[in-house]
Amino acid sequence: MNSPDLTDRTLVVRAQNGERAAFGELASKYMQRAYYAALGLVGSHDDALDLSQEAFARAFRARATIDPDRPFFPWLYQIIRRLCFNYTRDTSSHRKKLEKVGSWLTDTTMGRGPDSPDLALERSELREQVGAAIERLKPREREVLVLREFEGLRYREIAETVGIPIGTVMSRLYSARRALAHELLEAGVVAAPHGEATT
Amino acid sequence: MTPPRGSTGAERLRQLMMAAVDKEITAAEQVELDAAIADDPALAAELDGFRRLRDVTGTVRRRPPPPEVWDGYWDGVYRRLERGFAWILASLGATVVAVWGSVRFVQEVLSDTDAPLFIRWSILALSAGLVILFVSVARERWFVGRTDPYKDVVR
Repeated sequence: MNSPDLTDRTLVVRAQNGERAAFGELASKYMQRAYYAALGLVGSHDDALDLSQEAFARAFRARATIDPDRPFFPWLYQIIRRLCFNYTRDTSSHRKKLEKVGSWLTDTTMGRGPDSPDLALERSELREQVGAAIERLKPREREVLVLREFEGLRYREIAETVGIPIGTVMSRLYSARRALAHELLEAGVVAAPHGEATT
Repeated sequence: MTPPRGSTGAERLRQLMMAAVDKEITAAEQVELDAAIADDPALAAELDGFRRLRDVTGTVRRRPPPPEVWDGYWDGVYRRLERGFAWILASLGATVVAVWGSVRFVQEVLSDTDAPLFIRWSILALSAGLVILFVSVARERWFVGRTDPYKDVVR
């Protein structure tokens, strides 16, 4: 386990001593990471904002239980993931999604200059299909895929953040990618592999 | 389709393929994977499929929110803390008032000699039922819920 940032340790201790401003600094430091973590899990801007803010509020209330000698974000992430999993479980069956499927994703080329209309449309369709396929993954597989693909974490970091062994990270990643490949294959986004192994 | 392997071996190959796709494979693991691929060419095709998938997912990233979201972020957290405290106070107050009002109501009915006996017994039964329900739910929330090993299972 990595040792926590010295500043984080100081801020956590100050927050535990009742300094709300110190916790505010922690929130400012990690708000983007928390928001994007939630966005990857729920796929909606408004929900990600709500849930990540709620996670900080709960973290503040439970600040006495934070171990200052351990990294802060993995502790916060446990709250975020639990909130997001509960939210998706409670709402997936009856919530009417107001946001367009896949709208939480954008192209990596965004802002690099104008595309031709055809290319822009193609990219938009690809983004929607990839987003929709990720949204259909099982929550725990989706979580590991998002941390790897979008957060850019290494296996060891994912294992520490989620609190699972590295082998489980790799196995979940395999299942996630296999399911994703299947979805995108059906959508015609990726070509069929020559053979499928290890079924 | 590749013939099924023993679960341990198959699981190991899956993990090695992921490590190869994500460039986290060690030299020793690469040798192990190469040997497995030499035995089973279908593995090479599957690995290639995962690499192409990686190329596709690499073309998208999470959409950033409007920049002003960050300016008001902590205010949003603070409002939640404030409202959480307000809700606790309001709930406590409402509970005390409701319990006090209920006790007074029950006392009134029970002491009313004009009220039929079956009404007084019904009030007693209602009160006892509500108390038992409250204790049961509170016990579940505070004790069972905290020790339930399956509470985080996504069904």
